[in-house]
Amino acid sequence: MKRVGLSGNYAVAYAVKMADVDVVAAYPITPQTTIVEKLSEFVANGELEAEYINVESEHSAMSACVGASLTGARVFTATSSQGLAYMHEVLFMASGLRTPIVMANVNRALSAPLNIWNDHSDAMAERDAGWIQLWVTSAQEAFDATLEAFKIAEDVLLPVMVNLDGYILSHTYEPVVLPDESLVREFVPSRPLQNRVSPKFAYSIGVVGPPEAYYEMKYQVVDAIEKSRKKIKDVDKEFGDKFGREYNFVNEYMMEDADYALVTMGALTGTAKAVASGLRKEGEKVGVLSIRCFRPFPKEEIVALLGDLKGVGVVDRAVTPGGPSNPLFADIATTLYEKGRRPLLQSFVAGLGGRDVPVDDFKLMFGLVKDVVKEGKSRPCVYVGLRE
Amino acid sequence: MSRLKGWKEIPIGGTIVEPGSSVEFDVSSWRTYRPLFDKKKCTKCGMCWIFCPEGAIKINDDGTYDVNLSYCKGCGICQRACAVKAITMVKEG
Amino acid sequence: MLEIRWHGRGGQGSVTAAEILATAAINEGKFSQAFAAFGPERRGAPVLAFTRINDNEILLRTQIYEPDVVVVLDHHLSERDDISEGLKKGGILVLNSVYEPERYAKKIPNARRVATVDATGIAIKELGTPVTNTAILGALVKATGIVKLGSVEDVIRERFKTFAEKNIAAVRAAFAQTKIFEREGNM
Repeated sequence: MKRVGLSGNYAVAYAVKMADVDVVAAYPITPQTTIVEKLSEFVANGELEAEYINVESEHSAMSACVGASLTGARVFTATSSQGLAYMHEVLFMASGLRTPIVMANVNRALSAPLNIWNDHSDAMAERDAGWIQLWVTSAQEAFDATLEAFKIAEDVLLPVMVNLDGYILSHTYEPVVLPDESLVREFVPSRPLQNRVSPKFAYSIGVVGPPEAYYEMKYQVVDAIEKSRKKIKDVDKEFGDKFGREYNFVNEYMMEDADYALVTMGALTGTAKAVASGLRKEGEKVGVLSIRCFRPFPKEEIVALLGDLKGVGVVDRAVTPGGPSNPLFADIATTLYEKGRRPLLQSFVAGLGGRDVPVDDFKLMFGLVKDVVKEGKSRPCVYVGLRE
Repeated sequence: MSRLKGWKEIPIGGTIVEPGSSVEFDVSSWRTYRPLFDKKKCTKCGMCWIFCPEGAIKINDDGTYDVNLSYCKGCGICQRACAVKAITMVKEG
Repeated sequence: MLEIRWHGRGGQGSVTAAEILATAAINEGKFSQAFAAFGPERRGAPVLAFTRINDNEILLRTQIYEPDVVVVLDHHLSERDDISEGLKKGGILVLNSVYEPERYAKKIPNARRVATVDATGIAIKELGTPVTNTAILGALVKATGIVKLGSVEDVIRERFKTFAEKNIAAVRAAFAQTKIFEREGNM
């Protein structure tokens, strides 16, 4: 074990190397590039024995990953924004064909206008692709989640997307504890999966699913991702026993006796916690709940932790233009409505296109949640930090 | 109609695990016309074999061609492809 | 917590300097963050980078608006008034400049301590190119003592490999040549 200074992207690359992947197929895109750059370096200098496939686009990258995964190989790729969008149709094939691919998605805004900075619109647009989605809040978590992802994916035969915020996590150097490689191998042993395209068996893969078959096949994906909850919990528990860090589906901060809370994902969580901690010192009963596992969505945990609060602010770093609400808010509201629990919910949007979300913005959000509870009625979505 | 398999019964990922299952698929009753091969005219060029979209043309021991009627849908493409007009399409009885 | 803001130009290694400092602090057992306000990365364009150092885990993930320390890698930027924007009262300035620190102390009343060093001159002499990041690190360590000089040298050795010794010479030269002005009395 050693404690080093690493960027979020390098933390992911080290996790992939330690997991001893067989195939990496990727196309460079900012701010993901340094992950696959590091991996190609590992392959080139013999530190990682893997097939590194240079492709001409992200569409081909994901296609190569699907093919490689069907042979039973351990497969990794990474992308961002436009790259993820270009993979769109193949993402659905990856889940439909039940290929346990692990992908790091370094969150970046979608054009136009062209923007290389962080928000969550790329991953939110692939919400329904049948992928498990993990979201991290630090470089350490990026490392840990990537390792867990291989184990989860291969156990439930579904692809896993590890989301880390572009620049704010991907390019920030901070302390990361790297475990011994031998311990990592024990956690994710190399185990050849079933080769589903071997000429020996002559399986047919990627067949037509006519109306009398497609529905059942799609439902298998729905069922698998529902059932993955237990596997995710088990893998996380095992990770905790081995490495001393456990994450669960959600990360709760000062929630025990909270009256008000903000719900966040990814890098927004840290600053939200710092502000909550300050407000606690002033006597405000506030907390922060961050969603680590966005798909499958942690319904039980949400109801248990938010159901009895007075007010909850949900911070989306993506928008659903013309929709009834933004993606994270929609899921929180649906979950609570289903269980008949109705804390006052206030919708926020913050930090689009890499706009910094400073301490004062979080103070404003906590304050507004308290205000709307007093008023007894929530306001339309508040676009925090937007210039009039 | 026979009962179709439920979602728990079919292999995951749309995999067909039994190889060559199309051999069991008989389309004999789909035809209106069937091809008749005239061995005397046949030059063994193999164009009918190449063009048949169903893979229903078989090769005789003497190198001439014939049809496997279990898989022929009677489309007539072999007749069009045959340069020496050794194939005639006749109505099924 | 100590918050540092770095001002430089594309190609001078501001981001690398922020990362070297953070890595040195992490290797000493502290918590640290280094990041940049990335823009279209063009050689010569002004660049902002940030480092936070703390004894406990750092939660904040925002840019630094009120730094304790401002470090300037480019001697033209040292002359600009906006580099001290938001500098905390009692803060520290570390500037690449051939002039005496008093010159800047006069116009920046918030600064308790001002350090100057001819980082451009040192970089040209030691490296043969005006990449000032390692020289300015020597000045920063002299002015703040936030990490040990040896910790910075270790990180440079690990990161630069073949160019390490020349850069370490630049760090040491700057450490020796840095001039410091300390303001007397309460601020």
